[in-house]
Amino acid sequence: MVGLEHYLILSAVLFSIGLYGALAKRNAIIILMSIELMLNAVNIAMVAFSRYIVPLLLTGQVFAIFVMVVAAAEVAVGLAIIISIYRHRETIDATKIDLMKW
Amino acid sequence: MIGLDIAFWILAVVGVMAALAVVLLGDVFRAALSLVLCFLAVAGIYITLSADFLAAVQILIYVGAISVLIILAIMLTREVQRGSPANKLRIPAFIVAILFFGGVAYALLNTTWQVSATPPLEPTTPAIAGLLFSEGGFILPVEIAPILLLAAIIGAIVLVREK
Repeated sequence: MVGLEHYLILSAVLFSIGLYGALAKRNAIIILMSIELMLNAVNIAMVAFSRYIVPLLLTGQVFAIFVMVVAAAEVAVGLAIIISIYRHRETIDATKIDLMKW
Repeated sequence: MIGLDIAFWILAVVGVMAALAVVLLGDVFRAALSLVLCFLAVAGIYITLSADFLAAVQILIYVGAISVLIILAIMLTREVQRGSPANKLRIPAFIVAILFFGGVAYALLNTTWQVSATPPLEPTTPAIAGLLFSEGGFILPVEIAPILLLAAIIGAIVLVREK
Protein backbone atom coordinates (compact mmCIF):
# COMPACT_ATOMS: atom_id res chain seq x y z
CA MET A 1 0.00 0.00 0.00
CA VAL A 2 1.58 3.22 -1.19
CA GLY A 3 1.19 6.04 1.30
CA LEU A 4 2.36 9.56 2.02
CA GLU A 5 5.84 8.41 3.08
CA HIS A 6 6.52 6.77 -0.29
CA TYR A 7 5.80 9.99 -2.14
CA LEU A 8 7.90 12.02 0.30
CA ILE A 9 10.84 9.61 -0.03
CA LEU A 10 10.56 9.79 -3.83
CA SER A 11 10.53 13.58 -3.56
CA ALA A 12 13.61 13.54 -1.30
CA VAL A 13 15.45 11.21 -3.72
CA LEU A 14 14.72 13.48 -6.70
CA PHE A 15 15.71 16.57 -4.69
CA SER A 16 19.01 14.98 -3.63
CA ILE A 17 19.82 14.02 -7.22
CA GLY A 18 19.08 17.59 -8.29
CA LEU A 19 21.20 18.95 -5.43
CA TYR A 20 24.14 16.77 -6.45
CA GLY A 21 23.80 17.90 -10.07
CA ALA A 22 23.54 21.58 -9.15
CA LEU A 23 26.66 21.40 -6.96
CA ALA A 24 28.88 19.08 -8.99
CA LYS A 25 28.33 19.97 -12.64
CA ARG A 26 30.33 22.42 -14.73
CA ASN A 27 27.92 22.96 -17.61
CA ALA A 28 25.57 25.84 -16.68
CA ILE A 29 22.66 24.29 -18.60
CA ILE A 30 23.00 21.02 -16.64
CA ILE A 31 22.96 23.09 -13.44
CA LEU A 32 19.71 24.72 -14.57
CA MET A 33 18.25 21.30 -15.41
CA SER A 34 19.18 20.09 -11.92
CA ILE A 35 17.38 23.07 -10.42
CA GLU A 36 14.29 22.10 -12.45
CA LEU A 37 14.58 18.58 -10.98
CA MET A 38 14.62 20.05 -7.47
CA LEU A 39 11.55 22.19 -8.18
CA ASN A 40 9.72 19.11 -9.49
CA ALA A 41 10.65 17.20 -6.33
CA VAL A 42 9.21 19.96 -4.15
CA ASN A 43 6.04 19.94 -6.26
CA ILE A 44 5.62 16.19 -5.71
CA ALA A 45 5.96 16.71 -1.95
CA MET A 46 3.37 19.50 -1.94
CA VAL A 47 0.85 17.59 -4.03
CA ALA A 48 1.34 14.51 -1.82
CA PHE A 49 0.71 16.57 1.32
CA SER A 50 -2.35 18.08 -0.33
CA ARG A 51 -3.67 14.63 -1.29
CA TYR A 52 -3.07 12.86 2.03
CA ILE A 53 -3.41 15.52 4.75
CA VAL A 54 -6.08 17.92 3.42
CA PRO A 55 -7.71 16.04 0.50
CA LEU A 56 -10.53 18.56 0.04
CA LEU A 57 -8.63 21.86 0.32
CA LEU A 58 -6.19 21.53 -2.65
CA THR A 59 -3.93 24.26 -1.26
CA GLY A 60 -0.81 22.23 -2.09
CA GLN A 61 -1.86 21.95 -5.71
CA VAL A 62 -2.33 25.72 -5.95
CA PHE A 63 1.16 26.20 -4.47
CA ALA A 64 2.51 23.75 -7.05
CA ILE A 65 0.96 25.87 -9.82
CA PHE A 66 2.72 28.97 -8.49
CA VAL A 67 6.01 27.03 -8.29
CA MET A 68 5.54 26.14 -11.96
CA VAL A 69 4.97 29.82 -12.85
CA VAL A 70 8.16 30.83 -11.05
CA ALA A 71 10.06 27.91 -12.62
CA ALA A 72 8.99 29.00 -16.10
CA ALA A 73 10.13 32.58 -15.45
CA GLU A 74 13.38 31.33 -13.92
CA VAL A 75 14.25 29.03 -16.80
CA ALA A 76 13.54 31.76 -19.39
CA VAL A 77 15.77 34.32 -17.66
CA GLY A 78 18.40 31.73 -16.76
CA LEU A 79 18.78 30.44 -20.31
CA ALA A 80 18.87 34.02 -21.61
CA ILE A 81 21.73 34.76 -19.19
CA ILE A 82 23.54 31.57 -20.27
CA ILE A 83 23.21 32.46 -23.98
CA SER A 84 24.39 36.00 -23.27
CA ILE A 85 27.43 34.71 -21.35
CA TYR A 86 28.20 32.28 -24.17
CA ARG A 87 28.16 35.13 -26.67
CA HIS A 88 30.62 37.20 -24.66
CA ARG A 89 32.97 34.51 -23.32
CA GLU A 90 32.56 31.52 -25.69
CA THR A 91 31.99 29.15 -22.76
CA ILE A 92 29.27 28.16 -20.31
CA ASP A 93 31.61 26.29 -17.97
CA ALA A 94 30.49 27.45 -14.54
CA THR A 95 34.01 27.14 -13.13
CA LYS A 96 35.34 29.59 -15.75
CA ILE A 97 32.61 32.20 -15.26
CA ASP A 98 34.30 33.67 -12.20
CA LEU A 99 34.47 37.40 -12.95
CA MET A 100 32.62 38.26 -9.73
CA LYS A 101 34.54 35.77 -7.58
CA TRP A 102 37.01 37.27 -5.12
CA MET B 1 -5.80 0.42 -5.43
CA ILE B 2 -3.31 -2.32 -6.38
CA GLY B 3 -3.13 -0.85 -9.88
CA LEU B 4 -2.31 2.55 -8.37
CA ASP B 5 0.50 0.98 -6.35
CA ILE B 6 2.00 -0.71 -9.41
CA ALA B 7 1.73 2.56 -11.35
CA PHE B 8 3.46 4.43 -8.52
CA TRP B 9 6.39 2.01 -8.37
CA ILE B 10 6.88 1.99 -12.15
CA LEU B 11 6.71 5.78 -12.35
CA ALA B 12 8.98 6.23 -9.33
CA VAL B 13 11.65 3.90 -10.74
CA VAL B 14 11.46 5.51 -14.20
CA GLY B 15 11.59 9.01 -12.71
CA VAL B 16 14.56 8.31 -10.45
CA MET B 17 16.46 6.53 -13.25
CA ALA B 18 15.81 9.46 -15.61
CA ALA B 19 16.91 11.95 -12.94
CA LEU B 20 20.11 9.95 -12.36
CA ALA B 21 20.69 9.95 -16.11
CA VAL B 22 20.35 13.76 -16.14
CA VAL B 23 23.24 14.20 -13.70
CA LEU B 24 25.38 11.21 -14.73
CA LEU B 25 25.23 11.10 -18.55
CA GLY B 26 28.18 12.67 -20.33
CA ASP B 27 26.18 13.90 -23.28
CA VAL B 28 24.27 17.14 -22.61
CA PHE B 29 21.63 16.47 -25.26
CA ARG B 30 20.85 13.00 -23.89
CA ALA B 31 20.67 14.49 -20.40
CA ALA B 32 18.03 16.93 -21.68
CA LEU B 33 16.04 14.06 -23.20
CA SER B 34 16.13 12.11 -19.95
CA LEU B 35 14.96 15.27 -18.19
CA VAL B 36 11.90 15.15 -20.46
CA LEU B 37 11.33 11.52 -19.44
CA CYS B 38 11.63 12.53 -15.78
CA PHE B 39 9.04 15.31 -16.27
CA LEU B 40 6.68 12.77 -17.86
CA ALA B 41 7.14 10.40 -14.92
CA VAL B 42 6.36 13.27 -12.52
CA ALA B 43 3.17 13.98 -14.49
CA GLY B 44 2.22 10.33 -14.02
CA ILE B 45 2.94 10.64 -10.29
CA TYR B 46 0.51 13.57 -10.20
CA ILE B 47 -2.15 11.36 -11.79
CA THR B 48 -1.62 8.70 -9.11
CA LEU B 49 -2.13 11.50 -6.57
CA SER B 50 -5.43 12.30 -8.38
CA ALA B 51 -4.18 15.77 -9.38
CA ASP B 52 -5.47 15.63 -12.95
CA PHE B 53 -5.25 19.36 -13.74
CA LEU B 54 -1.71 19.53 -12.40
CA ALA B 55 -0.66 16.56 -14.55
CA ALA B 56 -1.96 18.33 -17.66
CA VAL B 57 -0.21 21.56 -16.67
CA GLN B 58 3.01 19.62 -15.99
CA ILE B 59 2.94 18.12 -19.49
CA LEU B 60 2.06 21.44 -21.13
CA ILE B 61 4.61 23.60 -19.32
CA TYR B 62 7.50 21.27 -18.49
CA VAL B 63 7.40 18.69 -21.28
CA GLY B 64 6.10 21.16 -23.84
CA ALA B 65 7.76 24.47 -23.12
CA ILE B 66 10.65 24.25 -20.68
CA SER B 67 12.33 21.22 -22.25
CA VAL B 68 12.10 22.80 -25.71
CA LEU B 69 13.71 25.95 -24.29
CA ILE B 70 16.51 23.90 -22.69
CA ILE B 71 17.18 21.94 -25.90
CA LEU B 72 17.21 25.22 -27.86
CA ALA B 73 19.77 26.65 -25.43
CA ILE B 74 21.93 23.52 -25.76
CA MET B 75 21.86 23.90 -29.54
CA LEU B 76 22.72 27.61 -29.35
CA THR B 77 25.64 27.19 -26.98
CA ARG B 78 27.23 24.26 -28.87
CA GLU B 79 28.55 22.61 -25.73
CA VAL B 80 27.31 19.24 -26.95
CA GLN B 81 30.75 18.10 -28.08
CA ARG B 82 32.41 19.08 -24.82
CA GLY B 83 30.02 16.95 -22.74
CA SER B 84 29.02 17.55 -19.16
CA PRO B 85 32.04 17.00 -16.91
CA ALA B 86 31.90 17.26 -13.13
CA ASN B 87 33.88 19.96 -11.34
CA LYS B 88 36.39 19.25 -8.57
CA LEU B 89 33.64 19.36 -5.94
CA ARG B 90 32.14 16.05 -7.09
CA ILE B 91 32.87 14.00 -3.94
CA PRO B 92 31.82 16.76 -1.46
CA ALA B 93 28.67 17.38 -3.50
CA PHE B 94 27.86 13.66 -3.37
CA ILE B 95 28.39 13.62 0.39
CA VAL B 96 26.21 16.73 0.82
CA ALA B 97 23.43 15.16 -1.26
CA ILE B 98 23.59 11.87 0.71
CA LEU B 99 23.60 13.72 4.03
CA PHE B 100 20.66 15.85 2.92
CA PHE B 101 18.72 12.78 1.85
CA GLY B 102 19.54 10.97 5.10
CA GLY B 103 18.41 13.92 7.18
CA VAL B 104 15.16 14.40 5.29
CA ALA B 105 14.37 10.67 5.25
CA TYR B 106 15.09 10.38 8.97
CA ALA B 107 12.88 13.37 9.75
CA LEU B 108 9.92 12.31 7.65
CA LEU B 109 9.98 8.66 8.69
CA ASN B 110 9.98 9.66 12.37
CA THR B 111 7.07 12.07 12.04
CA THR B 112 3.53 10.84 12.58
CA TRP B 113 1.56 12.44 9.76
CA GLN B 114 -2.11 13.12 10.34
CA VAL B 115 -3.24 11.31 7.23
CA SER B 116 -6.86 11.97 6.42
CA ALA B 117 -9.03 9.03 5.34
CA THR B 118 -11.22 11.21 3.12
CA PRO B 119 -11.06 10.22 -0.55
CA PRO B 120 -9.52 12.95 -2.73
CA LEU B 121 -11.53 15.43 -4.72
CA GLU B 122 -12.10 14.52 -8.37
CA PRO B 123 -12.08 16.28 -10.81
CA THR B 124 -9.86 18.97 -9.32
CA THR B 125 -10.13 21.65 -12.02
CA PRO B 126 -13.33 23.43 -10.78
CA ALA B 127 -12.04 23.40 -7.19
CA ILE B 128 -8.66 24.84 -8.22
CA ALA B 129 -10.38 27.53 -10.30
CA GLY B 130 -12.52 28.42 -7.31
CA LEU B 131 -9.46 28.64 -5.07
CA LEU B 132 -7.47 30.72 -7.55
CA PHE B 133 -10.11 33.25 -8.56
CA SER B 134 -12.52 33.50 -5.65
CA GLU B 135 -12.43 36.40 -3.23
CA GLY B 136 -11.03 34.57 -0.22
CA GLY B 137 -8.61 32.56 -2.35
CA PHE B 138 -5.34 33.28 -4.09
CA ILE B 139 -6.44 36.15 -6.33
CA LEU B 140 -3.55 38.46 -5.32
CA PRO B 141 -0.81 35.94 -6.22
CA VAL B 142 -2.70 35.24 -9.46
CA GLU B 143 -2.49 38.97 -10.23
CA ILE B 144 1.20 39.13 -9.34
CA ALA B 145 2.18 36.03 -11.39
CA PRO B 146 1.57 37.69 -14.81
CA ILE B 147 3.68 40.68 -13.74
CA LEU B 148 6.51 38.26 -12.89
CA LEU B 149 6.07 36.49 -16.23
CA LEU B 150 6.04 39.82 -18.11
CA ALA B 151 9.21 40.92 -16.33
CA ALA B 152 10.84 37.57 -17.16
CA ILE B 153 9.86 37.85 -20.85
CA ILE B 154 11.18 41.42 -21.14
CA GLY B 155 14.33 40.49 -19.23
CA ALA B 156 14.99 37.47 -21.46
CA ILE B 157 14.49 39.56 -24.63
CA VAL B 158 16.81 42.32 -23.38
CA LEU B 159 19.48 39.79 -22.35
CA VAL B 160 19.69 37.90 -25.65
CA ARG B 161 19.16 40.86 -28.02
CA GLU B 162 22.02 41.66 -30.38
CA LYS B 163 23.56 45.02 -29.64
